[in-house]
Amino acid sequence: MAEIKPEKFEKVLTKYVDQEGSASLDFYRGHGGYEAAERVLKELKSDEVIETVKDSNLRGRGGAGFPCGLKWSFVPKDTDKPKYLVVNADESEPGTFKDRVIMERDPHQLIEGSLISAYALDSHICYIYIRGEYYDAFLAMQKAIDEAYEAGILGENVLGTGFRLDMTMHRGAGAYICGEETGLLSSLEGKRGLPKIKPPFPAVEGLFRCPTVVNNVETLSCVTHIFDRGVDWFKSIGPPEGPGPKLLCVSGHVERPGTYEVPMGINLLDLVNNHAGGIWKGNKLKAIIPGGSSAKILTAEECDVGMDYESLAAKDTMLGSGGVIVMDNKTDMVDALYNILRFYAHESCGQCTPCREGTGWLQKICGRILHGDGRPEDPDMMLDLSKKMCGRTICVLADAAAFPCESIVSKFRAEFDEKIAAGDGHERTVHLGGPLVQPGALSAHNQERLDELQGGH
Amino acid sequence: MSDAPAVKKKFSEKGLEFIEWLLGRYPNKQAALLPVLRLAEEEFGNIDNDSVMLAAETLELSPGYVWGVLTFYTHYRREGDGKYLLQVCSTLPCALRGCRDIQHRLEEKLGIEAGETTEDGLFTLKKVECLGSCDTAPVVQVNEKYHENLDIEELDRLLETLRG
Repeated sequence: MAEIKPEKFEKVLTKYVDQEGSASLDFYRGHGGYEAAERVLKELKSDEVIETVKDSNLRGRGGAGFPCGLKWSFVPKDTDKPKYLVVNADESEPGTFKDRVIMERDPHQLIEGSLISAYALDSHICYIYIRGEYYDAFLAMQKAIDEAYEAGILGENVLGTGFRLDMTMHRGAGAYICGEETGLLSSLEGKRGLPKIKPPFPAVEGLFRCPTVVNNVETLSCVTHIFDRGVDWFKSIGPPEGPGPKLLCVSGHVERPGTYEVPMGINLLDLVNNHAGGIWKGNKLKAIIPGGSSAKILTAEECDVGMDYESLAAKDTMLGSGGVIVMDNKTDMVDALYNILRFYAHESCGQCTPCREGTGWLQKICGRILHGDGRPEDPDMMLDLSKKMCGRTICVLADAAAFPCESIVSKFRAEFDEKIAAGDGHERTVHLGGPLVQPGALSAHNQERLDELQGGH
Repeated sequence: MSDAPAVKKKFSEKGLEFIEWLLGRYPNKQAALLPVLRLAEEEFGNIDNDSVMLAAETLELSPGYVWGVLTFYTHYRREGDGKYLLQVCSTLPCALRGCRDIQHRLEEKLGIEAGETTEDGLFTLKKVECLGSCDTAPVVQVNEKYHENLDIEELDRLLETLRG
């Protein structure tokens, strides 16, 4: 495995983010910005750009880890329809806050990566869909886009090459599901953010039923650096099947939570103990969720693992969005799981029964265990339900709820059983809803009307 | 069929110019709905029935359709929301770093529960899901601004400042 030594690793995505004025076009150009895009547009054919990205083995940084160049190659060449590039800046996977850093502090690298990508796809329209809460990032991006138009980097004649690209910021309004690419496209079309059945995949029929590529902010920023520093440089960092610099977001019970740019494949314990300052208050590590709350949890014993796609898959979890949520030995795992399940129940769009009902019931069952009303059969019921939710819905939100549930219940089973045993054994089912049919339960008003009606005959 | 009720609200001149620009950015009017709802929120302070009617009229959509879209999303300020919308992040990374104490303190100080508005119309308290600021947990978003790394003292100071 070609691994770059930590001392040799140089940050690129966050190299300048701590410097004064790093978000401005002047600063960006002063540090070699837009030189890569200019070279690509002047010297390479669009196919060559796609081949280069394929060769780089760049994999998506948003969650699914799909090979970026392969995704691009699905876009049909012989079409009269416009092609769209959509930047997924709807960062909302719990534990993830990396794209925000790029957009607030170094937005031009995202514009440059998008420019190169749009050129490769022969796309002339790019939308950046940003979550509504990220107001500062929205303003920073809009300012950067305005600067780029002003300088002839966007618009009718990009960098004097005759290539045309329009870029528009589009704000979401608080819905996790709009981070799912087809949900995002629905939202961008002015609809409720409902995911769509695939196929057709967006590359063939996406936004406004036209070929569309949706890429994450960090993924597109990586494109900039691949063309700035070369494919060999990119592939020299971390495991060859999914290399590159990676932004990891460390949150929870650590001394120094934050976004850390590290070589792909860094050891998780190294990240937590050395970069993030170790477990807070001198406590001990209990568990880590390595890739956003949808990823399966790792117990302390399992945390000696490389942070890359393959190593984490070998541990039956995933790199996901790079959201590393650390929990110390004082964490109540039933409470933690309840929090996660509440999130997914809240964010389910409700289209698919296994998800709409499944997320709701998982939350309710976990809730009754947490509040001392659990039944001995509940943990098994949660495992069974999780299993049955997976792979049966339009999008993977159901799986995203089932993964943490299944892994936390099975790996920390004793805590669930203890809470159930310590409960008062009281059969309290009221909060789960009463009987469906309640005879004689007419309101006073309706009862009076009914009496009138019957009296009339 | 009776005529549709008249829309009382109007976008400002600047707002109408912005809408013109917006419509040039999308292949159809419907796609401009989320940004037009944002504009209504900015110009009128929140989105009420009349704003829904106005957005529908502006984009040639039915009010029912606009209402359906609006209610899918949780981040728009709605009729009855206070001057300051306090959104307490309550998702796991914030929960691990004490967001419950923040929420309880706000409920105690404001005398309302999450989901309610103070009688003077100054504050609405909302418990929300992940704000994407887990490294600076606990976090409260007040209208558009994030207040990060909060503790009780910091929170009390924030409330004092907002009360003016």
